[in-house]
Amino acid sequence: MNFILTSVIALGAIALISSVVLYLVSKKFAVNEDPRIGTVSELLPGANCGGCGFAGCSGMACALVAGADNGSIEGLRCPVGGGEVMEKIADTLGMAASSSEPLVAVVRCNGTCDNRPRIAEYDGLHTCAAVNSTSAGETECGYGCLGCGDCVGVCQFDAIHMNPETCLPEVDEEKCTSCGACVKACPRNIIELRKKGPDGHRVYVQCVNKDKGAVAKKACSVACIGCGKCEKVCQSDAITIENNLSYIDFNKCSVCTKCVDECPTGAIVKINFTIKKEAEVEA
Amino acid sequence: MRLHTFKIGGVHPEENKITAEIETRNAALPKVAIFPLGQHIGAPAKPVVKRGDVVKVGTLIAEAGGFVSAPIYSSVSGTVAKIDTSIDATGYRKPVIIINVEGDEWEDGIDRSEKIESIAEHPELTPENISDTIKKSGITGMGGAGFPTFIKLCPPPTAKAECVIINGVECEPYITSDYRLMMEHAEEVIVGLQLLMKATKVERGYIGIEENKPEAIKLLTQLTADDSRIEIVELAQKYPQGGEKQLVDAVMNRQVPAPPAIPVNVGAIVQNVGTAYAVYQAVMKHKPLFERYTTVTGKQVKNPGNYLVRMGTTFAELIRACGGMPEGDNKVLAGGPMMGKSVMSLDVPVTKGTNSITILSGDDAHRKAMQPCIRCGKCVEVCPMGLEPYLLATLSANKLYERMENEGATSCMSCGSCQFTCPSHRPILDNILQGKGVVMGMIKARNVKK
Repeated sequence: MNFILTSVIALGAIALISSVVLYLVSKKFAVNEDPRIGTVSELLPGANCGGCGFAGCSGMACALVAGADNGSIEGLRCPVGGGEVMEKIADTLGMAASSSEPLVAVVRCNGTCDNRPRIAEYDGLHTCAAVNSTSAGETECGYGCLGCGDCVGVCQFDAIHMNPETCLPEVDEEKCTSCGACVKACPRNIIELRKKGPDGHRVYVQCVNKDKGAVAKKACSVACIGCGKCEKVCQSDAITIENNLSYIDFNKCSVCTKCVDECPTGAIVKINFTIKKEAEVEA
Repeated sequence: MRLHTFKIGGVHPEENKITAEIETRNAALPKVAIFPLGQHIGAPAKPVVKRGDVVKVGTLIAEAGGFVSAPIYSSVSGTVAKIDTSIDATGYRKPVIIINVEGDEWEDGIDRSEKIESIAEHPELTPENISDTIKKSGITGMGGAGFPTFIKLCPPPTAKAECVIINGVECEPYITSDYRLMMEHAEEVIVGLQLLMKATKVERGYIGIEENKPEAIKLLTQLTADDSRIEIVELAQKYPQGGEKQLVDAVMNRQVPAPPAIPVNVGAIVQNVGTAYAVYQAVMKHKPLFERYTTVTGKQVKNPGNYLVRMGTTFAELIRACGGMPEGDNKVLAGGPMMGKSVMSLDVPVTKGTNSITILSGDDAHRKAMQPCIRCGKCVEVCPMGLEPYLLATLSANKLYERMENEGATSCMSCGSCQFTCPSHRPILDNILQGKGVVMGMIKARNVKK
């Protein structure tokens, strides 16, 4: 019996000493994390896409809590979770949600095979980054879409696809979370995040060609030639022409669509208007 | 006797030197000449003419735009039509000067006589004024890369030049412009070498030529018999022997370390045959660089040949002179099939670096279907820089650029041996080049920060 007693006492002593050490260590090295960070992290989608501008969801959570301490979380927005998640988080933190409007990725090139004739055939490595670093691609336009789908490859939400008929990527508005991965992947900066607009109505210049008018038009029939007609007709002062290229500021645009009618090449497009018209006709 | 060559890697592509025995012809004057402002490595040149100005052959039209830059001279006489942008070999639009050609009037200072000037007849030449003339004449490396020549002639203070090596290797298949130049203007090339030696104050000169050009070796050996300082080195045939570092290895048995080291760090200054000829023309004949030897070739080209071309002539005009484009699919390369860049428009002009226009037709114009990598290691075996191409390509495809830098991506000189030898026809070089571009950008950004 003696050895049983000895071992119980020995083990008990070890346990006692260890627990004291552990207690002291945990007190000494305790990390005081704001419990709100954990709560907010759980509310975030956890995709770690980086669309908010932080390395991952926990980074965003820290920024949100820090923002709450400083009195405002304006400007911080999870593009994936959208308004719903942001409101929940704002409630948790007792703040007003950021008022920024939802964004969506927009492909600013309409160089389909019909619009933009192919003058050469490229048969090298089939990625946009490789084409862009070695040549202007298969057309005379040195700015337009290369059609190898680097943007499709990086989308984690299955929201962008190549249209085999036009050889251009198309964004699925429902799925797009405006995380901006495609914007970064495009070596030619064709994709832009723009406001979804009232009822999804939006107007933008579907071209990024900075060549002079005649050169741009020769390369692509729907190129922006920088004529400036849109700038003149715009009432809300949203359009600027720089380097032979028109750009519509979506923060100023009132979506009046006058520029769309005025554009001689059809480079300015309006989105989600036709559907509404059809609906009206049906009604 | 075993011939010298470089030690690591190398391949043996089919020669296809179909134009080797065709004598050089003068290409017709173009109707419109196009001069890209960025036809050399470094800052683009700055135009010094404006629309409506009348220029002659040999008139300065653009001055050097920085220290690493070179001036550009008109190759035609006529009126400046406009300073605009035009498509270049990559398909992007770059700034150019466009001149409408009217007649063929030369600047007065240029000596057009056939007389061959020897260096002994010109004791007034000093190293300084030779270098200065080279700089002012807009001479850049004529082998393709287009590095301003005068910079190579003034090595950094840490390095000391011991010899000048003239690169007459022309290991690239199809191209024969350097060979024709050596055959037709051997004496001038040798005087050019002597001038380069004088400019760099060295007492040793080599001309490296591959064994497949026995006539050129014989001729140049005869002509240099009286100058003991110059040696003609016969080299075993292997691609890419024309690469600077490979040539230094083959001729001097010295290995140039990884970048940023350059051949002069081991005592060698390497210049192309065409550059030596241009130096002769500039110093002895007061003729700036505005024309060059270019081969127009291809298995299915009706009338291939070697041409003395005024720069600014478009590819379309030269190809028309050779019987036009062959039927079917064609790939037009500025340069040879190994390192040449395929052009996407024939409106591209001949520039200082255009040593050849190669037209690959039919099956040659297409790449073969890509297969999975079988890890055979052939690309590692043939890489003349001792790199692991398959690894670099994979790293690039996976965007692991920092690791790519550590694996020596900047040493890659894009000779294409890896892609040439790959049994699975994988686009190894495409991947490496894309990644190398990113790595170079990273290094540049880092240096700016410092």
